[in-house]
Amino acid sequence: MFIVQFSSKTHFLLPDTPLKPIQLPPPSAIPVIQCDQLCFSYGEIPILTDVSFTIQRLDAIALVGPNGGGKSTLLKLILGLLTPQSGTIRVLGTTPHLARPKIGYMPQHLQYDPSFPVSVMDVVLMGRASSMGLWRYSAKDRRIAHETMAELAVDDLADRSFNSLSGGQRQRILIARALVCEPEILLLDEPTANVDPAAHLQFFEILKELAHRVTVLTVSHDLGFVSQVVGRVFCVNHQVRIHPTTELTGEVIREMYGGDVRMVIHDQCCSERGHSHAGLL
Amino acid sequence: MLAYFNALIDPNMVFLRYALFAGLLAAPAFGIIGTYVVAKRMTYLAGAIAHCVLGGIGAALYCQVHFGLLWLTPMLGAIVTAIAAALIIGLISQHSRERVDSVIGAIWVLGMAAGIIFIAKTPGYIDPMSYLFGNILMITAQDLITIATLDVIVIGLGVLSYNRMIAACFDEEFARLRGIKTELYTLLLLCLTALTIVLMVRVVGIVMVIALFTLPAATASHFSARLWQMMLIATLLGMVSVAGGLSLSYVLDLPSGPTIVMLSGFFYLLVIIGKGLKSRLG
Repeated sequence: MFIVQFSSKTHFLLPDTPLKPIQLPPPSAIPVIQCDQLCFSYGEIPILTDVSFTIQRLDAIALVGPNGGGKSTLLKLILGLLTPQSGTIRVLGTTPHLARPKIGYMPQHLQYDPSFPVSVMDVVLMGRASSMGLWRYSAKDRRIAHETMAELAVDDLADRSFNSLSGGQRQRILIARALVCEPEILLLDEPTANVDPAAHLQFFEILKELAHRVTVLTVSHDLGFVSQVVGRVFCVNHQVRIHPTTELTGEVIREMYGGDVRMVIHDQCCSERGHSHAGLL
Repeated sequence: MLAYFNALIDPNMVFLRYALFAGLLAAPAFGIIGTYVVAKRMTYLAGAIAHCVLGGIGAALYCQVHFGLLWLTPMLGAIVTAIAAALIIGLISQHSRERVDSVIGAIWVLGMAAGIIFIAKTPGYIDPMSYLFGNILMITAQDLITIATLDVIVIGLGVLSYNRMIAACFDEEFARLRGIKTELYTLLLLCLTALTIVLMVRVVGIVMVIALFTLPAATASHFSARLWQMMLIATLLGMVSVAGGLSLSYVLDLPSGPTIVMLSGFFYLLVIIGKGLKSRLG
């Protein structure tokens, strides 16, 4: 059984908040990402079967679905870190591998050693490694890193040690690292995992801004928030079903998570110890 | 202590000068590569390469005596074996499903076993102890030139690859997405580790060379917020350990390799205990 958590309000139950209309792509543009009958399996275990979709420029898309449903796998296929067994995937009109310089990526788990001594600036600059000369970053690389950090309101952290940051700060630094390569596509894999609620809110403000200039794909369990930002929701559970956010209903959510779902509505005020269930005590 | 300084300028005590030069020359390479080894937690791997080197030394001695290949010096044998071990471990960990730690363990013991067999089958008296635990009497002027050359290679490549190396060490997948050939950099780091190990085998021996690698860098890590700071402090600590250890060993008539290692271990313990006391009291 999956328990879907919606922060703030569940818009499916209380559809009084205006939802963002679907963005219409310019008709002449090449699709940013095009998947055609994509199949991928780890050994004998099929992860994705017969996945087809097209993403146009400045689309904003949320990937949802149960754990193990293939969300991260789909992102890794788009990045060319994994190769599909069959089907095709084209990114910016070329192969995922060749499109990499134009893709910004924020991984779900940073395989990160907390005792590794690096500064925040070092980490952000890693996003510009592809434009590095023989051995060092240029003044331009540093300028872009500073500008990006300023935009995310973390420029003052540049000289701090990366391992001294809070979860929310670290998350924004990793977004900055994904953005400094000046990408056309931004892939975020569960960007709000392990951050506090305040950082969570800030993140969605940032995401709203970013959605105006780059094509965003974000993995999220938090449809309540993310549906305000994205135009379409991809439900990834071995197959991919696409729903415009305007269509989201409890029925659709149930389907996404494969049946038995409990929604937690967050708009009620409870005591710190939780609900009191009269009659039980 | 004055006797030590007199000995350093004594023309009959040339080996002492050579040992000091060798140690001071090797310290920057140890500081730079040791920092990567400590930060990337590959001490065990460096240990395997170091021990495996005995196989190359033994094979070189054997070939010199049996086939008259005089150009095949133990130092050359050590370099070739160290690089080969580094490449084998690196390529297997990247391309095979074999457990990496098993491969590392196998290379560790097979290299040593081969070395002992070769040395046993080489006529004349060769003391494996001097290779295992170092013998400063064996250092020649030729060795100093080799050490200096290797030093230039290691430091040059270490500095040139610094930015890409930290990206690859910090987050390999992301570095690969940004076009860094992380597999190549891992192999490069392993080869530089191998060369650095060979630098100091003469002075402290293959068993203890790993101490010079890890102890100064581990000590430095407590004072550094950046990788380059760690490299700098580790280099200085390495120099102090070598110079101090040599003088102590001369004054107190102790074997020099172990004294150098004990001194760098003493610094490390001092820092750990100091930190522990500070956090408990403060």
